[in-house]
Amino acid sequence: MDIHEYQAKELLATRGLRMPRGGLAYSPEQAAYRATEIGGDRWVVKAQVHSGARGKAGGIILCDSDTEVAEAAEKLLGQRLVTAQTGPQGKLINRLYIEETVRIDKELYLGFVLDRKEERIIVIASSAGGMEIEQIAADAPDSMVRASVDPGVGMREFQAREIAFGLGLDGAVIGKTVDTILACYRAFRDFDASMLEINPLVVSGNEVIALDAKMSFDENALFRRPEISELRDKSQEDPRETFASDRGLSYVSLDGDIGCIINGAGLAMATMDMIKIAGGEPANFLDIGGGASPDRVAKSFRAVLADKKVKVILVNIFAGINRCDWVAEGVVKALSEVGVECPLIVRLSGTKVEEGKRILAEKAPTVTVADTLKEAAEAAVAALQSVERNAA
Amino acid sequence: MAILLTKDTRVLVQGFTGRIGSFHAQEMMDYGTRVVGGVTPGKGGSNHLGVPVFNTVKGAVAETGAEASIVFVPPPFAADAIMEAADAGIRYCTCVTDGIPAQDMMRVKRYMRRYKSEMRMRLTGPNCAGTITPGQAMMGIMPGSIYMPGRVGIVGRSGTLGYEAASQMKARGIGVSTSVGIGGDPINGSSFRDILELFEADPDTDAVVMIGEIGGPQEAEAAHWAAEHMTKPLMAYVAGLSAPKGKVMGHAGAIVSAFGESAQEKVDIIRELGHAIVPHPAAFGETAEAILSGNKVAA
Repeated sequence: MDIHEYQAKELLATRGLRMPRGGLAYSPEQAAYRATEIGGDRWVVKAQVHSGARGKAGGIILCDSDTEVAEAAEKLLGQRLVTAQTGPQGKLINRLYIEETVRIDKELYLGFVLDRKEERIIVIASSAGGMEIEQIAADAPDSMVRASVDPGVGMREFQAREIAFGLGLDGAVIGKTVDTILACYRAFRDFDASMLEINPLVVSGNEVIALDAKMSFDENALFRRPEISELRDKSQEDPRETFASDRGLSYVSLDGDIGCIINGAGLAMATMDMIKIAGGEPANFLDIGGGASPDRVAKSFRAVLADKKVKVILVNIFAGINRCDWVAEGVVKALSEVGVECPLIVRLSGTKVEEGKRILAEKAPTVTVADTLKEAAEAAVAALQSVERNAA
Repeated sequence: MAILLTKDTRVLVQGFTGRIGSFHAQEMMDYGTRVVGGVTPGKGGSNHLGVPVFNTVKGAVAETGAEASIVFVPPPFAADAIMEAADAGIRYCTCVTDGIPAQDMMRVKRYMRRYKSEMRMRLTGPNCAGTITPGQAMMGIMPGSIYMPGRVGIVGRSGTLGYEAASQMKARGIGVSTSVGIGGDPINGSSFRDILELFEADPDTDAVVMIGEIGGPQEAEAAHWAAEHMTKPLMAYVAGLSAPKGKVMGHAGAIVSAFGESAQEKVDIIRELGHAIVPHPAAFGETAEAILSGNKVAA
């Protein structure tokens, strides 16, 4: 789960990190008021969207008066910011963060991530701050300093010191950099983060200040982090994905036109692959999970059909912990309650398959039943071609 | 003798008396698994499904001589349950639980390393379907009937995709020595490579099917290891050709976040190392058949 920059800064401030003074605004008037409140004669107006690379996309505007702040806010609010990371549809700007500017003597990069290979939290820092980490790795690999944290004892002070000296910093700011690194580590650990990035972390005189902050969280740990769950901003998510996740379904929208309803993440990806090989394009990834009731199956049809691109639906179930008869009942329920106008191909296998097929034959005779994965994918693509011929 | 699990393995069920634990423990018993007891803290001293319930894993091991354990404990308590098994001297543990926080798994892995290698528990999962040695015993949630006993090992992240592979093989009369789920999480107990090592050493396994997916470095690592050390043929499938970058595809671990983590990149690496590729998910059966008959499979 991602959060906004201002939220990450609030969390990190509780662990002792230093930030520029700033305030949140939902309107141009509020933005101008915040600027006056903060004081000074120069501010940045920053669009709060769940994405990096906001500056290049025009989402960060430097202003020299409160009138300019209000104008910048007017320009940004309500727009969709399209960055290199958001996709062409962009993300809605509905809040802004107004911040004082600080003198920048040095720009650093500081990042924390859960590394799958080492199975540890690793810290990466670089003296070439301000660039994306991929770019630093490509253009200035020698500037990168790295540490790996033993989960048994946590991050040690010497590791933070090695990083601070490794960044080429000198006496006065070493202590503050060490404090900053350790504070970020504690925040990462205590809030069950999966990613934390301060880019840039700047040296300003004798101070070390986080100009930006980005955090993501492990969704599996949200049950014990209610204070993090509260920070979720649904306006930054795909509404179809939100609809599905609120109903216990795992859904990702894609660009094609064959809707997919499948059990198990691996089988779902494999079915999408099979559709592609058969000459079609999947409209979505959808995993109904284990032990799916007829009701959950019917709801998954709603989630798939909310995507207007969908012209054919393919259901592929290999039941172990699931039951084919329940899935078949769910298909019947969807046909009568949700209304499925498009061709529907169903492949059932595993637990209670005979019962499932009998239910379909009796109560849903219009459904095309396939026996294997290959047949199912080919039938879906054939059905799509016939829909397209009829439309032409 | 297969790997990890045989008909003689004495199996314990952690999270035994819950709805899910009870259901699958019964299925496991019906398949022929030697379930010797279960653990549910607070219910020790009672009987459930005809075997004793214990408060602690240590108590259960002392009474029953259990060697293996399957964990159905809910996510907030699952890491603790795995560590308890490791400390009680369980040799093999599979964890079915889906949704364990990644930092908990980091601590579990670190904790397991405190034991000398000859005393160290082997863990598979979490977030997996378990392990089955067809015709002998099952520790998991898979439908036992779709597996035929035989000589091909299966190791995969995904449960249902593993079923797909096993049933395609059965349809062609090809059986399975052992099928192991390593799970869909970013940090798991055993890697593909760990399980390939076991299959390589197993006299009852002639070839191995590896079922991977997008995300993480494990499939490539295993393929590198196999190219150097494996004498048995390896065939691999990697799911997620159509998965976009940066999106989690159901499994917490199924996300392309770095170079080399997409399905196509992994397939290219595995193929270049000389292993057979299962070209699409409907070709598990035909690829296994070709490999076993000694035909060269078009890579």
